[in-house]
Amino acid sequence: MTKNSKTTNESRRDFLKITAVGGLAASAPMIFMKNAHAYVNEPKGATVTLGFNVPQTGAYADEGADELRAYKLAVKHLNGEGDGGLLNTMKPLSLKGSGILGKKVQYVTGDTQTKSDAARASAKRMIEKDGAVMITGGSSSGVAIAVQSLCQEAGVIFMAGLTHSNDTTGKDKRKHGFRHFFNTEMSGAALAPILEKEFGKDRVAYHLTADYTWGWSQEGSIKKYTEALGWKTQSAVRTPLGAGDFSQYITPVLNSGADVLVLNHYGKDMVNSLTQAVQFGLRDKQVNGKDFQIVVPLFSRLMAQGAGENIKGIFGSTNWNWSLKDAGSQAFVKSFGAEYGFPPSQAAHTCYVQTLLYANACEMAGTFNPCDVIAALEGFKFDGMGNGPTEYRAEDHQCFKDVLVVRGNENPSSQFDLLEVVDITPRAKVEYPASMLGGDLGSCNA
Amino acid sequence: MDAFLLQILNGLDKGGAYALIALGLTLVFGTLGVVNFAHGALFMLGAFVAVSVQNLLTISKKVKDESITFFDAYKETPYLEIWWGDTGTALIDYAVPISIVIAIPVMLLIGLAVERGLVRHFYKREHADQILVTFGLAIVLQEIIKANYGANPIPVGAPDIVAGSANIGALFGIEGLVYPWWRMIYLLFSLAIIAGVFAFLHLTTFGMVVRAGMHDRETVGLLGINIERRFTIIFGLATIVVGLAGVMYTPILPPDYHMGMDFLVLSFVVVVVGGMGSLPGAVAAGFLLGILQSFFSMNEVKSILPGIDQIIIYLIAVIILLVRPRGLMGKD
Repeated sequence: MTKNSKTTNESRRDFLKITAVGGLAASAPMIFMKNAHAYVNEPKGATVTLGFNVPQTGAYADEGADELRAYKLAVKHLNGEGDGGLLNTMKPLSLKGSGILGKKVQYVTGDTQTKSDAARASAKRMIEKDGAVMITGGSSSGVAIAVQSLCQEAGVIFMAGLTHSNDTTGKDKRKHGFRHFFNTEMSGAALAPILEKEFGKDRVAYHLTADYTWGWSQEGSIKKYTEALGWKTQSAVRTPLGAGDFSQYITPVLNSGADVLVLNHYGKDMVNSLTQAVQFGLRDKQVNGKDFQIVVPLFSRLMAQGAGENIKGIFGSTNWNWSLKDAGSQAFVKSFGAEYGFPPSQAAHTCYVQTLLYANACEMAGTFNPCDVIAALEGFKFDGMGNGPTEYRAEDHQCFKDVLVVRGNENPSSQFDLLEVVDITPRAKVEYPASMLGGDLGSCNA
Repeated sequence: MDAFLLQILNGLDKGGAYALIALGLTLVFGTLGVVNFAHGALFMLGAFVAVSVQNLLTISKKVKDESITFFDAYKETPYLEIWWGDTGTALIDYAVPISIVIAIPVMLLIGLAVERGLVRHFYKREHADQILVTFGLAIVLQEIIKANYGANPIPVGAPDIVAGSANIGALFGIEGLVYPWWRMIYLLFSLAIIAGVFAFLHLTTFGMVVRAGMHDRETVGLLGINIERRFTIIFGLATIVVGLAGVMYTPILPPDYHMGMDFLVLSFVVVVVGGMGSLPGAVAAGFLLGILQSFFSMNEVKSILPGIDQIIIYLIAVIILLVRPRGLMGKD
């Protein structure tokens, strides 16, 4: 009786244990069950899903809207619709205009809100619920680093959108993350010779810096290169992202003794800080016997549009500009312009290119398996995408290519002709050893 | 000396905005006893009156841009410029001053609709209920604006004549000391509105009845005065004040759907520091906190206390509430 009772108890315990373990396993997100498939979100049907995670609200919403336009265009071209865009100019090309590996491309979108936590939640939803095999997007380095890390844990590829901080492919680089956009180190190296030529070696700079990874990175790079020229840095003041009214940070500049203001701001913040700096009369000032100058190290046409007249004559750097005359740039501008009625921004360009590069790597690898796709992307050399010969360096997953130095156009020939390319700095002058920015790629997690 | 003057001015123009928003908030709390969390959204609606007027004035004819050859692009020329030439251009340039005139009836109507349609049903309910319903209203208003105008900030310029900077250094014998014209106009405008509201409440019979009602609603009612109707009008007045604050703020900061929320928390801190229900307290606290925020953003201060510019307002609020629990001018 006792024995029977014990047996019954044991079997009930066993049953409860098995049920609990089974229940836990069933309720666990697929993200933690790598053995359920050959790899996470392996496409089984006739379609493959990509996740476009862009800021639709917040300080970088303008860039996000343009990124989304570019992604939708890329999907059209991958599926063989429209004029094909950069599929006509990319070399070498494995894509056939019939989706990716014969599967029709579909997409899901998310709003990063220009916040890391919201971006991670959105990416997680796309991986776990929507079955996205690749995540791409973002206009903030804080967001890019957070989502890149999530994708590494989840075992999916992250093709970064607009992210300019050194850390993305430096100390925070990951095996599953790839960046086509340039970084602050390259901006500093490209801008310094032009700043020296235009403003001389004897200058005193005052930095206003967005208080997060990108701002710190850009401030560091610009200081490094301008101080090497002989410039002094009077102050470097951190400002909160999305501050709106920067007047309390600009008024101290007026009497600081500095004769150059470096705005390490981007998007809406840059439009506001530059507009307010001009309203406070900084561009009309003379300090130390020199005309006061403003420098915006990372420039975009969208920001130039927002800042209007204030942008004229101001120097900066950019990843790409629609006015470039190479076949790739012209094909992309024609395609994007026909679709939306205006030229693409640098954010749109990098996102479009990243989508095609991912798709092309899948075709090269013959699979969506992230480990094989990573292998195909590492060291991949390509051309015809608007930046000249470009390479995805295997050691840090950073693209290396020429960098554009631009100036706000004094005499625009059209409503979109806001940036004038003053120099194309060759790749060799902006390249640095992979070990310089630290970090560890880790290994493939699929 | 010039750095000091600049920070004072900067603090005053920030304080002007805080004071205007807090003034409306206090008026509503003092008369109706309602904690109105939709007040920030009403500030945002005021700013979007200016955006709407600008959009209306710049309705444009699309003309093909021949300089773009890759694709069909179009230039937009406002009909006002086509029809009236320079007069049309000047009208567009003066979008913000025109918006002020239009915002007064628009905001009054919005205020009356909000009060009659929603807020009056919550007069006798607990503050928690009032906060929930007005916060919900704020979110609804935000989403309506987002759906119609998008999420991005929309630039609205000041008239060209006041878009630059004034040489205020000439007044103090300091060379090269400049300050943006529009910010000084905003400061003067906020002082004028505050003076107007105080004059209305203290120098008119209507205002005296309202103030009497604020002290003792029942007794005023027993005298045969319809105090509820007057309070409704006060809600409308508070909506006009905060709406005008929003209209005038557009050249300083391009408005977006979320701007009301950014100001709401600050405004409540201002009201609490000033003393709930105290109009002079709200105004004084608005200017005080604006100036403190400005001074604590100076490099000399930030080098000693990094990040202090972000927390100073809340720090002051904590200190004042510890020392004077009812705020600077609140009554026991």
